[in-house]
Amino acid sequence: MPTRRLSIVLAEDSMLLREGLASILDRAGHEVRDSVGDAETLLAVVRKDPPDVVITDVRMPPGHSDEGLRAAAAIRADFPAIGILVLSQYVADAYLSSLLESTTGGIGYLLKDRVGHVAEFLESLDRVAGGGTVVDPEVVRQLLARRRNDGPLAALTPRELEVLALMAEGHVNGAIADQLVVSEAAVRKHVGNIFAKLQLDDGLDRRVSAVLTYLRG
Amino acid sequence: MTGWQALASPRFLVSSWPWRSYAYLFSSVPVGVVTITLLFGAAATSAVLSPILIGLMLLPLFPLFGVLIGTTERFRAGLMLVDGIRSPHAAMPAALTVRQKLKFRRREQASMRALGYGFVLGVFVWPFSLALAGLSATILGVTVLAPVIADGDEMGMGPWTLDNAQEGFLFLFTFGPVFYAVSSYLVGVLAAAEASLAKAMLGPRQEELQRNLAELRRSRLDLVDAFETERQRIERHLHDGVQQRIVGLTMTLGLAELDLPEGEGKRLVIKAHAEAEAALADLREAVRGIHPRVLVDLGLEAAIREVADRSPLPTTVAITLPGRLPAPIEAAAYFVVSEALANVAKHAQATHCEVLGRVDGQQLVITITDDGIGGATVGGGSGLTGLVTRLDALGGTLVVDSPPGGPTRLRMECPCQLGD
Repeated sequence: MPTRRLSIVLAEDSMLLREGLASILDRAGHEVRDSVGDAETLLAVVRKDPPDVVITDVRMPPGHSDEGLRAAAAIRADFPAIGILVLSQYVADAYLSSLLESTTGGIGYLLKDRVGHVAEFLESLDRVAGGGTVVDPEVVRQLLARRRNDGPLAALTPRELEVLALMAEGHVNGAIADQLVVSEAAVRKHVGNIFAKLQLDDGLDRRVSAVLTYLRG
Repeated sequence: MTGWQALASPRFLVSSWPWRSYAYLFSSVPVGVVTITLLFGAAATSAVLSPILIGLMLLPLFPLFGVLIGTTERFRAGLMLVDGIRSPHAAMPAALTVRQKLKFRRREQASMRALGYGFVLGVFVWPFSLALAGLSATILGVTVLAPVIADGDEMGMGPWTLDNAQEGFLFLFTFGPVFYAVSSYLVGVLAAAEASLAKAMLGPRQEELQRNLAELRRSRLDLVDAFETERQRIERHLHDGVQQRIVGLTMTLGLAELDLPEGEGKRLVIKAHAEAEAALADLREAVRGIHPRVLVDLGLEAAIREVADRSPLPTTVAITLPGRLPAPIEAAAYFVVSEALANVAKHAQATHCEVLGRVDGQQLVITITDDGIGGATVGGGSGLTGLVTRLDALGGTLVVDSPPGGPTRLRMECPCQLGD
């Protein structure tokens, strides 16, 4: 159950999915303040009265290309406090990298299929609302497949990569320990190794920075 | 071989060409007479009948008459032009009715040209042919028969008078070869000239040849394009219709899971949820094979990166394109890469694969290289065969270089623009 009641603006052009999402959010005790069908209206309602979280589809009318994504970037620029959860029908690097350009504020990138796992979806939403980063496991899996050969991640052991992948999905150490069936102390050790091997910027939260390194390759 | 080439040959006089020339010239007589008679007949008929409109209705028939003349004359020109004359008429779409076909032919410029040729044939060509060929045949005939004629009668030949067979033979052997040579060349020149005239007026013009070629290319392109549009339509339907509905279904099932108490009912709903998700995954896979959405939305580069990411083999992608390319070209390139990577994963036993893409002048060039065992071919039941046809229609090529022992290199080239 949600830590708090969120005020949410929903942007999705398919009526069916919009209603489905609204009923899930409603059921979870959140307030769907507006649900809109295109990016322009989305920007208008957000500017009028900023919500806690915006959930938006990538593709929306009129162009059906990446209107939702551009609206998300505009919202992020004007209202860094609003958590943004982007839903996409497929994995595309281009979407991901444009989302991750900003390193502050809650951001999420999920495949639409994920919405059906209601509990997980609501958990992701909470994390985004709390300023966390959530990336779809499928996206993470594909990125993992690509990056095993080169880049800064080459130095990590398979176990450390697994831990990093779970970090990227937004899990805290305790949850990672549960999933990998190891102690939390072991996870902390892996995380320490990861930070050391990736030579992270000191200016950023190291956890966020590690995840970004991971996602950007 | 043409009449002109035959004339240039040293063996002209002992070849069949002088006789072909006679045949060509003499055969112009009946054809020419019939043509001019029909032409004037038809013109007169339509003039006489013009007050009652039927005459005017005959006018559209004249170009069709031209088509008939053209066909006959191209056939006859086979005497002088061994390769014949190609028809200048455009290929007609098969779906037309007889009436539409006649209209199509009537409007062609080639039909009017043939009609004009018919007029020239009927008024100038056949009388001229008859005069020259007739005169030279007569002189030759008389010379050949001189011994016979002189035997029975006194025969005046220019300054000489032939009184008997001996003098006739003397004349034949002295002047026969000269007459034969001179007349054969004259007749040969005239026949070759007439055949050239026929070829110029009845053959295809340069632009007509090019038009036929362009039409052929365009119709193939249209086919590829229509195919592509149809795939996109199916994809959109699956994506925006079916897929959304299944996502909606999983959402409802997910909500139901939250509400149901533990027990058989909840177990079944969870099972149904898993099945709906499996259906979604299958659908996603199918859509990808038809026309991937990422290709429509983000273009070739992003789509190829996505394929490479999905490949079980570590794959490096380096593609730089100036912008979006026409949809059929993007699709063809995408499926070549997709199929190639699938083949590499299946057969090559490679450890690494590299996809390079760039635009070189007006050509899109994509190479896919692996470090596997080699020995790959385009044929042999690989999915690349169909893609070669598809590329071919776009003016592109696919070359496989795969020596036994490897490495395998596929190189795809395709013009960046549709049409010429």
